[in-house]
Amino acid sequence: MTHSHHQREEQREERRQEQERPVTADTADSRRGFLTKALAVICGGLATLVPFAAGVWAFLDPLRRGGAAATFIPVADLAAVPDDGVPRQYPVVTDRVDAWTGFAAEPVGAVYLRREQGSREVQALSATCPHAGCFVEMESTGRSFRCPCHNSCFSLDGGIVNPSPSPRGMDSLECRVGDTGTVAVKWQKFRAGVAAKEVQG
Amino acid sequence: MSRDGRRTPAPVARRGVVGRLTDFLDDRTGYRAVVHEALYERVPGGARWRYVWGSTLVFAFMTQVITGLFLWASYSAGAQTAWESVYYIQHEMAGGWLLRGIHHFMAQAMVVLLALHLLQVVIDGAYKAPREVNFWLGLILMLLVLGMALTGYLLPWDQKGYWATIVATNLAGIVPFVGPSIQQLVIGGPEYGHHTLTRFFALHAGFLPVTLVLFLVVHLTLFRKHGLHAKQPLTRPDAMFWPDQVLKDAVAMLAVMAVVLGVILMPALRAMLAGEAVVPGELGAELGAPADPSLPYAAARPEWYFLFLFQFLKVFEGWGATGEFFGAIVVPGLIMAGMFLMPIIGNWRLGHRFNVAFTLAILAGVGLLTALALNEDYAAVWVNTTALAEAERLSEQTGGDATKLIAAVGGDRGKAAVIEKQWKTLKRVRHSQDFLDAVKQAKADAARAIELAGRPERIPPAGMLELIRSDAKSQGPRLFAQHCASCHAHVDPLAEDAAAVIATSSAANLFGFGSADWMRGLLDPAEVAGPAYFGNTAHREGDMVNFVQNDLTDAAAWPKSHIDAVVAAMAAEAGQAVPQESASLVEKGRELVAASDRCGGCHAFRDNGTEPGSAPELTGWGGREWLVGIIADPTHPRFYGDTNDRMPSFGKAKEGGIAPLSSTQIGLVADWLRGEWYRPTGH
Repeated sequence: MTHSHHQREEQREERRQEQERPVTADTADSRRGFLTKALAVICGGLATLVPFAAGVWAFLDPLRRGGAAATFIPVADLAAVPDDGVPRQYPVVTDRVDAWTGFAAEPVGAVYLRREQGSREVQALSATCPHAGCFVEMESTGRSFRCPCHNSCFSLDGGIVNPSPSPRGMDSLECRVGDTGTVAVKWQKFRAGVAAKEVQG
Repeated sequence: MSRDGRRTPAPVARRGVVGRLTDFLDDRTGYRAVVHEALYERVPGGARWRYVWGSTLVFAFMTQVITGLFLWASYSAGAQTAWESVYYIQHEMAGGWLLRGIHHFMAQAMVVLLALHLLQVVIDGAYKAPREVNFWLGLILMLLVLGMALTGYLLPWDQKGYWATIVATNLAGIVPFVGPSIQQLVIGGPEYGHHTLTRFFALHAGFLPVTLVLFLVVHLTLFRKHGLHAKQPLTRPDAMFWPDQVLKDAVAMLAVMAVVLGVILMPALRAMLAGEAVVPGELGAELGAPADPSLPYAAARPEWYFLFLFQFLKVFEGWGATGEFFGAIVVPGLIMAGMFLMPIIGNWRLGHRFNVAFTLAILAGVGLLTALALNEDYAAVWVNTTALAEAERLSEQTGGDATKLIAAVGGDRGKAAVIEKQWKTLKRVRHSQDFLDAVKQAKADAARAIELAGRPERIPPAGMLELIRSDAKSQGPRLFAQHCASCHAHVDPLAEDAAAVIATSSAANLFGFGSADWMRGLLDPAEVAGPAYFGNTAHREGDMVNFVQNDLTDAAAWPKSHIDAVVAAMAAEAGQAVPQESASLVEKGRELVAASDRCGGCHAFRDNGTEPGSAPELTGWGGREWLVGIIADPTHPRFYGDTNDRMPSFGKAKEGGIAPLSSTQIGLVADWLRGEWYRPTGH
């Protein structure tokens, strides 16, 4: 017991002496001192930078991924779009890729199609609200569209009905009616919350 | 041990094993000094309840770390596994509901405690020199906690979290120049999916809490460095942090935990008092139906403590893009900037009073906006609409047109103004009712998803969404509403308001189609030409109506027992179970249906030899195959042929075109009409 106690006291004494020994004169030299410090910071910084840079590099990967090229997707037959000027909702079904998973014929969203009496022309509106991206629905009165999130209000042709917080009317989508009567829409998403209609992704 | 923590030689003799062991540890590590430093902090004026808020926040955070790590052990971030794993935690794992419930409600408690802590620091002036930096650190900690709340909301990947996240990330996208890039980085690509979840999870459980711990360590170190900011005047002698203040802190922590447990267990207590069974999975945090980008979710709302921001976006109606930029970015940014400037403003003569007023004003604004949001959503619950009946009638009469209204009320402008005001109230109530209906629908969808997930066959690898999309009970009503309900009613004739719905429909009421009751109604001379059957169709004066009204009323040829037999036979055709004692009745009915001088004169049935074309074939009537066939193409000779009224052929597409309904969808409608869907057993 006293033996080990002595040993510990000796170790402590040694450390005290260590701390009292003079520091190398070189580091006191300001030029060399600066170099040493700079090198230490650079070496340490570089070593740490590597994992950080690798992480950020991978983290930024989504920036170089655009959305799928916008294609015309058939959504309905002309005969199935009533020509009464009242929009109806149709699902958009298409193949979809989510990172590593591929979906075949998956519902990805919805459009409203509207046709005036006797017309072969169809107006297509995206159901995605241009305000903040919620799903716009028809009012139960059938007289207008309304977004259930922040009350953005739109007329049946997609124009803004004030008061409405949305910066622009509903986004119209390019729409083609084929010879066989197939209605196809160009499925695109637009940046929400800005006045201009900018394609997203 | 001396009070200053420096080691003094301990009396070596007369110490037990424990004493010697701790001596050894202290000698090698110096832990006693650290513990002493941590516990023996001077509390000027003695321990007080008003000092507990910071400690309860640390406690709440520790609770989140502990429950979060255990949740992590069972959670799987992926678009086909997130909802599924949370379902498993909530509804199948022993104690999972409690673990998730604590995590969910402690997060809410943390936001409340944050507000209290901040309020106390501001009112007491604890942000002033030399504590400015610590106040800023506190604000950063607050933002980190709110960030964790925001990211955590998405992780169950249910409709609620999905749509709330779409809004939140779209708002980030508004930021000029970098907005779209930030948005794309946060959601991990151009679309919401796997990488939205993995990123939100990494933020929620990694980046944010690690950053929070770093800031918290500095926050607490600085707190110790400056000492506790005592509330003046000091009326009692100083005390030590341990044990006086620690006791108060611990009681407060226990109280916070009790509140959280109370919120989780209250429904169980209520159920027990009402004598109902308690289902543990239904306690604690809610789990909505799985996220579906193609399904509208009108019940979308953020967590209650973000409702004020949600409501704030509605304030800027008519401001266009400027309004949204202001509401989502500029105003919240200015408020945060104002809070960061408090320590500097506080140096001015009236600065402190300004700061207190500023903070109270913000809290009042938050409270007001939250109340407005709730009032908008729940107006239908408390607004009495009976007084608005006239306004409602006038709205329908004039189509909501103000000039027509003046004419309608006989030019009385005063009255027109009153009515127009009432229209606004009506609109508010209607929107609120839409929201409440959407919440009800969301609850029903969630309950069905949970029921399906518990099937013995379990969830397929493609995930819960695929299972729901192939579920007749969830999809049937939606498809029917979209494609069939513009003509057909589907309403229990005994239900309230059923008569009105049936009267305005232009085709048969399909409720209970294939049942004995439905068939009995068809064969009832009083009903066959009514709106529930052929009344509003081109067949109103057709052969079938004629037959039922003239031939079936001949009691000699068609005694009641014959009609009973036909009804039984047709129900059996539709696949209804035939009890042993009715077997002969069904047999008799089949003979009557097949007979060429009775039904078989027009209808093909089994091998009665009648050519199809004049009336729908009755073999397998009301069965799945028969229903799928008639929905797909009622103009087929097997059904109405060229006597088909207005029913579209839902399964028929022109060359290269698309049919209104896919064969899967037609199957879902048929199954739903027949009431064929998964039902859990043993409940």
